[in-house]
Amino acid sequence: MNAIPKDSTLTTAPPYRCAEALTVVRSNAVVNTDYRLLTLDAPAEVLDCAPGQFFQLLCPGTADDQPFLRRPMSIFDFDAATGSLRFLYKVTGAGTRGLATLRPGDRLNVLGPLGQGFSMQDDWQRLMLVARGVGLATLAPLARMAQAHGRQLTAICSARAPEFVMSVDHFRECGAEVIVVTDTDGSSSPDAMRALIEARIAHDGVDAFYTCGSARLARMLQDIGAEYDIPGEIAVEQQMACGLGMCQACVRPFHEGGKIVHRRVCREGPVFQLKGVVA
Amino acid sequence: MSALATSVGQLHLTNPIMPASGTFTEDLADVFDLGILGAHVLKTFTAEARTGNPTPRVCDLTGGMMNAIGIPSKGLEHFLTHTLPFWARYDVPLIVSISAHSYDAFARLAAAVSVPGVAAIEANISCPNIEADGRAFAVRADTTGHVVAQLREATDLPLWVKLSPNTGEPVEVAQAAEAAGADALVVANTLLGMAIDIETRQPRLGNVMGGISGPAIKPVALRMTYQAASATRIPVIGCGGITTVADVVEFLIAGATAVQVGTATFQSPTTMQRLLTGLEDWLRAQGIASVNDLRGTVALPHAPAPVPAMLT
Repeated sequence: MNAIPKDSTLTTAPPYRCAEALTVVRSNAVVNTDYRLLTLDAPAEVLDCAPGQFFQLLCPGTADDQPFLRRPMSIFDFDAATGSLRFLYKVTGAGTRGLATLRPGDRLNVLGPLGQGFSMQDDWQRLMLVARGVGLATLAPLARMAQAHGRQLTAICSARAPEFVMSVDHFRECGAEVIVVTDTDGSSSPDAMRALIEARIAHDGVDAFYTCGSARLARMLQDIGAEYDIPGEIAVEQQMACGLGMCQACVRPFHEGGKIVHRRVCREGPVFQLKGVVA
Repeated sequence: MSALATSVGQLHLTNPIMPASGTFTEDLADVFDLGILGAHVLKTFTAEARTGNPTPRVCDLTGGMMNAIGIPSKGLEHFLTHTLPFWARYDVPLIVSISAHSYDAFARLAAAVSVPGVAAIEANISCPNIEADGRAFAVRADTTGHVVAQLREATDLPLWVKLSPNTGEPVEVAQAAEAAGADALVVANTLLGMAIDIETRQPRLGNVMGGISGPAIKPVALRMTYQAASATRIPVIGCGGITTVADVVEFLIAGATAVQVGTATFQSPTTMQRLLTGLEDWLRAQGIASVNDLRGTVALPHAPAPVPAMLT
């Protein structure tokens, strides 16, 4: 494992909620044609994380791209014991193209952990996780949290095709029952998924939903949640600048008390109650 | 006496590093001790509550960013009852940034925030003046002079006036602010710009146009700082693209008394902390006793030339 470089200008004092820290790339592996898994050696001060929180990554520039702002990235995995911090990402723009150039031993400046993570109320014993694409990465640490709390977990993983389904092994290792649905066999269609979820509710019961990565899935779970009185939480995404709440770039509208209010995704979120989000 | 100590008019600052309005809220206290800063400059607020502009509100640029946040504000009442008490815990001069769409409303807000605990008012005169067909006060000398005169009558607090780079007459605007009673000038604000996504052909900001900030605009802000400092007798606070210790020194040499750091804090929230340490180290290494010894020491190639009204 590489040593964490010391930089006295970076904040490390303990009373602060988050810190800007230098990390060292342990690996940056190709997962499939769309996704990569970045594993960092990170100092302890940024590893007191909660599932659903995120980091702001100072992505390196390339010959073609010079990203200025940090890029928000939800935590895929963190382990204070081994000093490991992992992000599963899709190469989509200037920031992630820069991330894809990182090699083992390279340094990466990270800011975090940021935002409010998922909660797990005591009476939420039978959990259902429904996600698609990179939303599966955001929900990955939630599975470990469910396991640690002794909860029953069903994970419905949606993807374009079987080769793009992610985190299945991770969810199984966390004791989850995993159901894969894809566009190729039609099992990911709204009707098919609704039937699947309603069958689960009828058979075993579901106490809470967790979702991320698809407005369509969020709307479906809002409908089902309203019909069966099942609460839930959602991790939402929004373009942001500072990640701390100062710039107010990342506001989104939410239903609250019969009116629409704006909340900052970076600060009041990124995890919100499912019923309030305008999906 | 600390090498970093300075003053803006009668206001003593332990150092010349302060945040730029709009890039500073209590949220930054999550990252470092805000008590180390020379002053606290709060986000601009308006008397009435506002939600701000549609998203996307920011976009990335080479060398900076562009924003059209739209000054979301919880209004005067929230400011007096919630915002002020938070900042009272710090022994750091508190600078309150205000905005309004008419001369009268600006003056009324200045009077309303002239309360104990506020060290100075920063008038953000880059907002559209509804009495001048939506043109920003700060783009013309006459509207600048008019609004500053009204603000001057409304408050006894030190009055800082934040100028706009979107003017063709920067020297006249700076002089008009001084003549109307400004105690200091903050130079400058964001530069109006636009960006388009070539795939969708849509503007990259929900508000179509926005303000460019960051290292890309530093030469513009530095030029205006030099012009304003050369053409007026009041302190000038440099603002625009400051990211490194060298940037701070450059603004001081151009004539600034202090500097504001904005967009760099969005990229790295520890920037101001880093600049403070770095500036002190740099002064020591250079054998310079005080940050004030740098002010206005630009070595011009010839005898100082008249400052042109506009460089094109």
